[in-house]
Amino acid sequence: MTRNDMEKKANDRLSIDHTWYTTRISARHAARKPYAPADPGVISSFIPGTVVEVMVSVGDTVEEGDDILILDAMKMKNRLKSHIAGKVTSVNIKPGDRVSKGAVLAVVECC
Amino acid sequence: MALEKKIRELKEKREKMLLGGGEEAIRKQKAMGKNTARERILAILDDGSFSEYDMFVEHDARDFGMDKKHLPSDGVVIGTGTVSGNPVAIYAQDFTVAGGSLGLMHSRKITKIMDHALKMRIPLIGINDSGGARIQEGVNSLAGYGEIFFRNTISSGVIPQISVILGPCAGGAVYSPALTDFVFVVDNISKMFITGPEVIKTVLGEEISMEALGGARVHCETSGNAHFFSVSEDECFGQIKKLISFLPRNNEVRAEVVETVPPDSSYDIENIVPGDPTLPYDVREVIRAVADGSDFFEIQEMYARNMVIGFGRLGGRTVGFVANQPLEMAGVLDVDSSDKAARFIRYCDAFSIPIITFVDLPGYLPGIDQEHAGVIRHGAKVLYSYSEATVPKLTVILRKAYGGGYIAMGSRHLRADFVFAWPTAEIAVMGPEGAANIIFRKEITSASDPDEVRRQKVEEYKEKFANPYVAASRGYVDSVIEPTETRRLLLHGLEVSSGKHVQMPFKKHGIPPF
Repeated sequence: MTRNDMEKKANDRLSIDHTWYTTRISARHAARKPYAPADPGVISSFIPGTVVEVMVSVGDTVEEGDDILILDAMKMKNRLKSHIAGKVTSVNIKPGDRVSKGAVLAVVECC
Repeated sequence: MALEKKIRELKEKREKMLLGGGEEAIRKQKAMGKNTARERILAILDDGSFSEYDMFVEHDARDFGMDKKHLPSDGVVIGTGTVSGNPVAIYAQDFTVAGGSLGLMHSRKITKIMDHALKMRIPLIGINDSGGARIQEGVNSLAGYGEIFFRNTISSGVIPQISVILGPCAGGAVYSPALTDFVFVVDNISKMFITGPEVIKTVLGEEISMEALGGARVHCETSGNAHFFSVSEDECFGQIKKLISFLPRNNEVRAEVVETVPPDSSYDIENIVPGDPTLPYDVREVIRAVADGSDFFEIQEMYARNMVIGFGRLGGRTVGFVANQPLEMAGVLDVDSSDKAARFIRYCDAFSIPIITFVDLPGYLPGIDQEHAGVIRHGAKVLYSYSEATVPKLTVILRKAYGGGYIAMGSRHLRADFVFAWPTAEIAVMGPEGAANIIFRKEITSASDPDEVRRQKVEEYKEKFANPYVAASRGYVDSVIEPTETRRLLLHGLEVSSGKHVQMPFKKHGIPPF
């Protein structure tokens, strides 16, 4: 089949309003990701890029708005700041590292 | 004689131009499984109907050594012709000439034929096969794209616009197809993206192939940017011709009426839909059981499959079918299926094509992903497009029509002209299980045997509300019909509404939930 799984049998189950329907589940629906609220202590890459400079090390105390690192992405040097005041509990990157989108770069724990 | 010599000269000049980028470039094009620009045009148009214009147009760029470069026809072929006797305007980018790159004169040729198409009110077919902007021509090529996009927009809803992607179509160039009505792609040949794999790799460090990023399959299955998938250029050309046969030439005339052919007698309309509303079936069988000659031309068959859309004919006249597909995701409305249906409904309305809706859905797909992806806004598109459509709207409720889904799917309340329901229809605020759980919560939870009481209450609810008669008693359904009466009533409904006239309040344009 050129249109690949079009002929797949309909024997998946889907519940809508307490009723179970026999049907086919789309690949997109099956692959959907569970929702997780953002943790303000986690500094993650909002875009893939390269770490240029890291301003903190584990154990440092930071204030809200303090610079954590500089991420070079899309021809911009982005300054990633701490969202909260607290203590740096982990730094997972060093200058020169390439990071993918959503990677956890550093963690600040609230005091 | 001088005349003879001049004619010979013209012939020689033409011969040269017809070779495009030359034999070597043509050999390379063929090696990729691709036809040349002129071959493609000739394959789509009726034999002997193609008239080419602007064959001798040349660029006059001077920078970066361009003054020494001769680009035959400036890398694009334009003209007019007919498809099954219907006039069309057509252009095809010629990849053998400087990679089909778009410079100022190249774009002027395209906009010239676009202007013709709009002025003459005939369909426009654009064949895209281009490496993108001709960098040497700088901002002039950007201006060229802008002029094309503007015309695509102005022509939208006036003449049918068809885009055929037969090669790369990258960067800004993708926005011309995106602004047109139907996009055709061919497996392993079409490539569409805003930023290509190279850029993605250098900027983001992510590796992906062209095919996986923006191949035909991706745009048909995942992004929804393309409408027709094929495995060869020939199959693609066949699809284009078939599509054009359903469409009117412009928004002021109707599509050609052909001879009425009854549906294939092998479709047994009474035995397609299972009585149990939780069991699946292929709703396209119902469409084929009703449509002239059982011919249903599906659009976007690989995308958001829980909604089926496409053209067919009833009594020889083109109609647009919109149907929930219980075979896929129980036929729910979700972000993608709403978007798919809404756009098609607006297409039909723009080109005076009546809309036939078959309803069988449990409602909207629950989920955090759906809510966060904006199912409110996307779902609203369906309500908007049905409400605003003034073409004849005929709705047949086959089975489930629950809650918001019932309202959205071409209901009486959105001004369907005729609403029919099969005896299997269940028009209710939600499915019996859900409703009983809410209405009889107290009785169920306080019972010594809650499961038994729940079962009883579900039965009670089913008996009372899971049918078409409550809605029929309010006149929301015009008629409860036998499945075998469906075709006759649709034909009659179309006949009755052929002179439909609705006056909408004056507006510049509405604000649909884009």
